[in-house]
Amino acid sequence: MSEALATETVLDVKNLQTVFFTNSGLFRAVDDVSFSVRRGETLAIVGESGCGKSVSALSIMRLVPDPPGRIVGGSVMLEGTDLLMLDDATMRDIRGNRISMIFQEPMTSLNPVMRIGDQIIEAVRLHQKVSNKEAWKQAVDMLRLVRIPEPERRAQEYPHQLSGGMRQRAMIAMALACRPALLIADEPTTALDVTIQAQILALIVDLQKRLGTGLILITHDLGVVAQTAQRVIVMYAGKKVEEATVEALFETPLHPYTRGLMASIPAVPSPDAKADVRLVEIPGMVPSLTKLPPGCAFAPRCKLAVDRCRQAYPPLEEARPNHWAACWRAGETVEAS
Amino acid sequence: MTEQRALLEVNELVKHYAVRGGILRRQVGTVHAVDGVSFSLGAGETLGLVGESGCGKSTVARTVLRLVEPTSGAIKLDGEDIAPLSKTALRPYRRSMQIVFQDPFASLNPRMTAGDIVGEPLTVHGLAAGKKKQERVAELFQQVGLRADQMKNFPHQFSGGQRQRICIARALSLGPRLIVCDEPVSALDVSIQAQVINLLIDLQRKQNFSYLFIAHDLAVVAHISHRVAVMYLGRIVEIADKHALFANPRHPYTQALLASVPIANPKAKRLAPMIDGDVPSPINPPSGCAFHTRCRFAIDRCKTERPALKETGPGHQVACWLNDGTGRNE
Repeated sequence: MSEALATETVLDVKNLQTVFFTNSGLFRAVDDVSFSVRRGETLAIVGESGCGKSVSALSIMRLVPDPPGRIVGGSVMLEGTDLLMLDDATMRDIRGNRISMIFQEPMTSLNPVMRIGDQIIEAVRLHQKVSNKEAWKQAVDMLRLVRIPEPERRAQEYPHQLSGGMRQRAMIAMALACRPALLIADEPTTALDVTIQAQILALIVDLQKRLGTGLILITHDLGVVAQTAQRVIVMYAGKKVEEATVEALFETPLHPYTRGLMASIPAVPSPDAKADVRLVEIPGMVPSLTKLPPGCAFAPRCKLAVDRCRQAYPPLEEARPNHWAACWRAGETVEAS
Repeated sequence: MTEQRALLEVNELVKHYAVRGGILRRQVGTVHAVDGVSFSLGAGETLGLVGESGCGKSTVARTVLRLVEPTSGAIKLDGEDIAPLSKTALRPYRRSMQIVFQDPFASLNPRMTAGDIVGEPLTVHGLAAGKKKQERVAELFQQVGLRADQMKNFPHQFSGGQRQRICIARALSLGPRLIVCDEPVSALDVSIQAQVINLLIDLQRKQNFSYLFIAHDLAVVAHISHRVAVMYLGRIVEIADKHALFANPRHPYTQALLASVPIANPKAKRLAPMIDGDVPSPINPPSGCAFHTRCRFAIDRCKTERPALKETGPGHQVACWLNDGTGRNE
């Protein structure tokens, strides 16, 4: 990746706010979240269920179900165009063309009654003026690119004839068929076995480098983050609580939630590891978005919480160069580490 | 902590499923779900069972509990073979063996209160009723970190982690000797996983029962287990003390599996897949060593002869023809 490529911003999300109107009240699923992705860069969004990571992705794609959801504020600039300002027809031209998305469960996101090749053609012909024959050739080329053996034969097959790993490869082929500027992968390997996961992650990272695609990787697995991302944002209860380079985040996590997450995952034992250490628990549970406390949403579970945390939400501040955290006590964490 | 006498001894356990097809529903094939699995589990010990989907780990667990009828093989609980027992003869043994499932949303009856769910096994086995039962349930609630006043709540009023605690309390209610945990934390959020894992370990230390612990997450299995068995296509390919297994894996499949786990440390980048392709179908498993189709070290012998588990170190067994049947030296 050259320096010129690395600095070019593909996606710039500013103050995104997505809410859901439900019978039990208003949910702020994504609350004032900003981030950007450069060409060829991987940004990981980490968090637990309900933290707003998937809704952020759907907001970028303008696929939030309305009703009950609605994007109520902010901007999503893709290559200089604000996607939130576009009409539906123009947005359809961009979706699958300039931005693509791959989902967790490849079986539910592929059409079971269409051949794999035809599904890729559909994406190609929607956005490019090519003949059916030319599009089929492109589809086979894409399947070859994602290293599906015998691509000519596989293109003729239906999703149920492919294994889980193969299906996810076909999804990637479809997503990258139009060479998008941005690829969003929402838990792309969560449904896969660990050896297949390693294959798929290696494939995504390799293709992204070769094609210069910006990648947003949504995951709950810190191992996946460490192995693939360059920058990370951590979300909790709809808000971004920390952002840093992957090295800085794992070296000195600043937000107590990030620290808790890292301490709570068991490590694969290594010969030099001490006898079994007890896992650190984050007490309590993820709060319901309808009943958020007035101050910091993590305060009820936080060991470091003081009165201030319970009264006012901490602003996102640059506690270290290029390392942002929304915590009243992040400065002290820096000193302590 | 680990005692010498085995609580559970499984010998050459086999479970085949018939694949039927055609109008006459004739048998057209056999799924070799579990194909000759042997292991033992000591009192107070945890044996982890790992492998990818379809390797037969859940079938082993269910067959051991006789929730699934074994095709052949012996399952000895405290020296008594329970595999041939009739349903009635099996009943007294059921008390000693309990299970915690993966999905705490599907394994709790939504129309029963949490207290009734935990107390039901006591009623079924006629162990306690009325006030005595209530007291025992309250005690169980407290043991798993729930409050006694939550007994009257229904499952939907609990979070995922709390529901899994209810499942654990139910499993504990009969004072079992063996608890099978089938992916007990896979459906839970990362921050909640640690709570449940710690609870499982604490309970075992206090009550000295054994776990047969199944999960696909190697780090979780390694954390909770004393010994780990690695399965591939219905067979155990390697079994060892967890430290020996992770420090010195001998089977090429174990090595690939361990190398595939993404490490939560950006400095240890190593995203190089060790094996290509997918797990073959258990309907027509490959001849010889089932792994030879994906193994880059396979020799001719692997294609024709099935390797048996062979001792390569104290308590470390591996089924691989490399190096005179001692597996690959890394």
